[in-house]
Amino acid sequence: MSAVHIENVHKSFGKLEVLKGVSLTVEAGQVVAIIGRSGSGKSTLLRCINGLETIQSGRIEVVGHTVTYTDEKLRALRKDVGIVFQSYNLFPHLTVGQNIMLAPRITKGVPKEEARAQAEKVLAQVGLSEKFDVYPDNLSGGQQQRVAIARSLAMQPKVMLFDEVTSALDPELTGEVLLVMEELARGGMTMLLVTHEMNFARSVADFTVFMHQGKVWEMGPSEELFSHPKTPELAAFVKSTLK
Amino acid sequence: MQYQFQFNSVLAESGFIMQGILLTIYLSIGSIILGSIIAILFSALRANGPRWVGGLVDVYVELLRNTPFLVQLFIIFFGLPSIGIRLTADQAALLAMTLNLAAYSTEIIRAGVDSIHRSQIEAGLSLAMTKRQIFQHVIIVPAIAKVWPALSSQFVLMLLASSICSFISVQELSGVTAIIEQRTFRSFESYIVATLLYLVLALTLKVGLLGLGRLIFPRVSGLSRVQVKGEAA
Ligand SMILES: Nc1ncnc2c1ncn2[C@@H]1O[C@H](COP(=O)(O)OP(=O)(O)OP(=O)(O)O)[C@@H](O)[C@H]1O
Ligand SMILES: [Mg+2]
Repeated sequence: MSAVHIENVHKSFGKLEVLKGVSLTVEAGQVVAIIGRSGSGKSTLLRCINGLETIQSGRIEVVGHTVTYTDEKLRALRKDVGIVFQSYNLFPHLTVGQNIMLAPRITKGVPKEEARAQAEKVLAQVGLSEKFDVYPDNLSGGQQQRVAIARSLAMQPKVMLFDEVTSALDPELTGEVLLVMEELARGGMTMLLVTHEMNFARSVADFTVFMHQGKVWEMGPSEELFSHPKTPELAAFVKSTLK
Repeated sequence: MQYQFQFNSVLAESGFIMQGILLTIYLSIGSIILGSIIAILFSALRANGPRWVGGLVDVYVELLRNTPFLVQLFIIFFGLPSIGIRLTADQAALLAMTLNLAAYSTEIIRAGVDSIHRSQIEAGLSLAMTKRQIFQHVIIVPAIAKVWPALSSQFVLMLLASSICSFISVQELSGVTAIIEQRTFRSFESYIVATLLYLVLALTLKVGLLGLGRLIFPRVSGLSRVQVKGEAA
């Protein structure tokens, strides 16, 4: 069974059709990058996968859950699917440790000690063990984003979604975040990531999907896709990113 | 025109004045605590409850914010006995102040809740939280932190408005002052003393609330910064 199975998904915001029949399958353990121009529907697709956006037609299955819009079904799905946003979205009134422990404790009933041990583990995984009791606004953007990743990991998701997680960062801070993601990929995590970091997509993602005008325009093994684009649109896009 | 100030007879009543001060403090702190609890519950209902419940909260808030406190007090003290609810003057005062403050605080907290960025809610949703959990763990603390100055002002206003309770013969600071004035015939002196005491009480409360805010919301200053930074267009 595939980890993520998206079938002919259509999604509109009012009259604007943003996803025009998207199909995509991701197997367990795969890393898939989604690239494309601004407005091509990349974020929308990712948000549909964990039910933050409602689709009009089509079907999305994620690790055994069919995306269904009841609170209960959505919560069950989201326990298995982590998402990290461009803007980190850490809770500013909670320390790093509290940010990480909150959801496992209240949504899964994980006992305090166990939640703490788990939080320490994921924090070590992103290289920030010493920041457990620090508040988010005392961290750099890169560190905040790594905490956001750790917070997601603490839920022990089966799939991780990343939406341009380095786009808000200063160039010198993107590396530390990409490194964390690379290690996660190497550890076997199933990952879907929207990214503008073409080199990262090329070297880390097994497959890359090029979205254009609300469709999967072209997809294939990353190396292949970047070196031999089949469509003029992808060729132009790849060329534009090299500048 | 010469006026000879004579505070002696007024100050001779200092024990009585102290009783008034204590009652003013009791009514103020009591209504602040109870009113805040109600306001938080109302805000939660408004955010997550059924639409009609939110509507009822809105009606309540508008009703109390658009009628005089004195009239609210009279309704509770003089009106309620008609339907069998008899309260002492002190109880009526505490209830009126609590209900009034709850309405204003609900409105202020609503502004704070509205100011919490949608992305915070989405973070909570993505972590499989329920709407209630999101309100409780993600929204309410930063929301109150953001409106803490406005909330504090409202609390101070309530302290000052507690003087209106002397109209139903509650012996808080204004009430005892009126009695002392009648006993001593020293109107000017009596109210000068009351003015100074209200000033001290209000400033103390203001400073206290400022300190309390620093204590329970250590991240207040950082809140707005974190929200805006790196937000997608
Ligand atoms: N909540 C919304 N309401 C209305 N329109 C929206 C909404 N979210 C996205 N859109 C529109 O849908 C289209 C696709 O947006 P989306 O964010 O998915 O693009 P994207 O590929 O992620 O772009 P970017 O690279 O800029 O992040 C855009 O035209 C956008 O304006
Ligand atoms: Mg996007």
